[in-house]
Amino acid sequence: MHIVVCIKQVPDSAQIRVHPVTNTIMRQGVPAIINPYDLFAIEAALALKDHLGGKVTVLTMGPPQAEPALRKALSFGCDEAVLVTDKLFAGADTLATSYVLASAIKTLHQETPVDLVFTGKQTIDGDTAQVGPGIAKRLELELLTYVSRIVSVDKAASSIRVERRAEGGVQVLETRLPALITMLEGSNEIRFGSAPDMFRAARAEVRVWDRNAAGIEDIKKVGLKGSPTIVSRVFVPSPRAQKAQQIEFDATNPEAATQALLDKVLAEIPKVKKELDNKRTAAGERHE
Amino acid sequence: MTQNIEKFDVIVVGAGPAGNAAAYTLAKAGKKVLQLERGEYPGSKNVQGAILYADALEKIIPDFRDSAPLERTVIEQRMWVMEDESYVGTTFRSDRFNQMPGNRYTIIRARFDKWFSEQVQKAGALVICEMTVIALLRDESGKVIGVEVDRDDGKIYAETVILADGVNSLVASRAGLREDIKPAAVALAVKETIFLPKETVEARFNLKGSEGVVIEMLGSISQGMAGTAFLYTNKDSISLGIGCMLSDMKAQNTTPAELLEKLKQHPSVAPLIAGGETREYAAHLIPEGGYHALPELYGEGWLLVGDSAGFVNAVHREGSNLAMTSGRLAAETLLELGEKGLPSTAANLARYKARLEDSIVLKDLKKYRNIPDTLHSQRQFLSDYPALLNGAAHEFFTVDSRDKATKEKAIFNAFRERRSLLGLLGDAYRLWRATR
Repeated sequence: MHIVVCIKQVPDSAQIRVHPVTNTIMRQGVPAIINPYDLFAIEAALALKDHLGGKVTVLTMGPPQAEPALRKALSFGCDEAVLVTDKLFAGADTLATSYVLASAIKTLHQETPVDLVFTGKQTIDGDTAQVGPGIAKRLELELLTYVSRIVSVDKAASSIRVERRAEGGVQVLETRLPALITMLEGSNEIRFGSAPDMFRAARAEVRVWDRNAAGIEDIKKVGLKGSPTIVSRVFVPSPRAQKAQQIEFDATNPEAATQALLDKVLAEIPKVKKELDNKRTAAGERHE
Repeated sequence: MTQNIEKFDVIVVGAGPAGNAAAYTLAKAGKKVLQLERGEYPGSKNVQGAILYADALEKIIPDFRDSAPLERTVIEQRMWVMEDESYVGTTFRSDRFNQMPGNRYTIIRARFDKWFSEQVQKAGALVICEMTVIALLRDESGKVIGVEVDRDDGKIYAETVILADGVNSLVASRAGLREDIKPAAVALAVKETIFLPKETVEARFNLKGSEGVVIEMLGSISQGMAGTAFLYTNKDSISLGIGCMLSDMKAQNTTPAELLEKLKQHPSVAPLIAGGETREYAAHLIPEGGYHALPELYGEGWLLVGDSAGFVNAVHREGSNLAMTSGRLAAETLLELGEKGLPSTAANLARYKARLEDSIVLKDLKKYRNIPDTLHSQRQFLSDYPALLNGAAHEFFTVDSRDKATKEKAIFNAFRERRSLLGLLGDAYRLWRATR
């Protein structure tokens, strides 16, 4: 089994603040972490490796500073790490990012055939959940999103069975390999790497690929140039100006309390009152 | 497992100033160094005011000014003796501090520690974070031969282990190398980093460029407890903090947050931080037991450095410089042993203590050895005198119809009433003895 896990280094959003004067995001001093959703992907891949053997390659596209994220992934037990980095990649949206990652996975596939690709369900800084499906589409991989459990992998039949959380229940899906899986949060718990893994990670060489090494064929498809998404404006949502209001009523009389509350709501939101009135009229007409 | 048969020359436990100084000095000299840090990244567990004393770092990394993240060069030092609504203060401001090289800098430890650790790694040490040392490994004779960490296959071996794991030094305590810290020997300090635009900081403190101010405060702000407060100017923020002996806080049932809140509301402090946004809140223990509270500093195969050894000069608010210096001296001791082909036995590591005694570390701690006891038993220095001093100043600078001789007499009577003539003489003697 050769499993590729795509991860992203993100600023720890719990620690991000907005500059009180300039309204820009202050990233300085904010620690960078592995996108928390990606940890479920890493653990799922490692658990499969424990079970079936093979190797796990962790892959990211990002600036050179993203290397610690890959090292961290190695410390959990991933075998190899590839950083795809190139000045041309800057400003990429999900379309351009999935193109670069797909190209890199294709290159990895030529070295050792790839059976499975894992990603987190989405990133905490972009929240689009588009890159995983984008890679699957580009590489024509079977796509399984929001997977909560890997049930089994049949190497001989080259198939995989997973559970997927869906509205109103759990779907059990089976498909053939190679496939791309986006893992749901809470599906597992990232392991506590052993001391030897920590040492190996600290000393390992992270492979750094530029656009040529990553096998990028069309540079018009990468970076800002390859990104049709436009960020037109960044703003801080203004805090709600409305204050809590007090409603006075006779607490011993539930009917009066309900009426007081209802009056207040209807007075505040005339639209609701109007709709209710309309319904009442219609109902009245039907009765007649 | 075969991976861990590898042996290091030195394992340094902890990535604070002491551990970094030791690891850097050893790695730079070609030793095979492993540094273990339990935090997520170097500096994640570290808290300081923070002032960087250039001299201590200069002796380790002479050209640190070229790359270290420094906030402001301290050119002005204020001392405030405070009462509830006033302070009597001294100010020393000198343009000579503007001449390079600078002597003291304000720093933000998160950034500084990251930089320091990068230097350690560049020097060749292997630095691993998120690894907690849970025990020391010993051979049959009891000599420390390595550490055990909180992960599978976690035994790691070395000729010497330097414990730079901070004020609690859980490793040393657990291994029985030192006693647990006592509430009377540690201060609990809290601080806030309050964000203000650069221009505001400069206007409020009369600064330009990278100049900075330090304000040290004592008096009623510590509510009669042994403690002091500080205000440091950073580039675009202010570090404001207060610390008191843990035993005092316990006795008075006060929380550090309350103390800091009161300090922020003091009429002399409030305008300096007005409009600022608190971005960071941190608390830490400081070993302030002084010379008499020092543990054993070395033994068979191990050394204590920095806070874990209790190297803090509470009077001058120096700690990180003593940490760095002790880390360097520990490293230099091991380098000397290496050159002479001597093993890390307690007898040989005694050279570390000799080096400390010959340095600012133990010389200063020895000089102030009686201060903690004096302040513990003689509370008047922190409560009565600040009140008397402020009362005196208020009396003296209020111009009214009373003549100056009457005023002086009133001031003297106030002192005598509170401390008696003998008490005053005794206090003067005690203070002189304690700082001698």
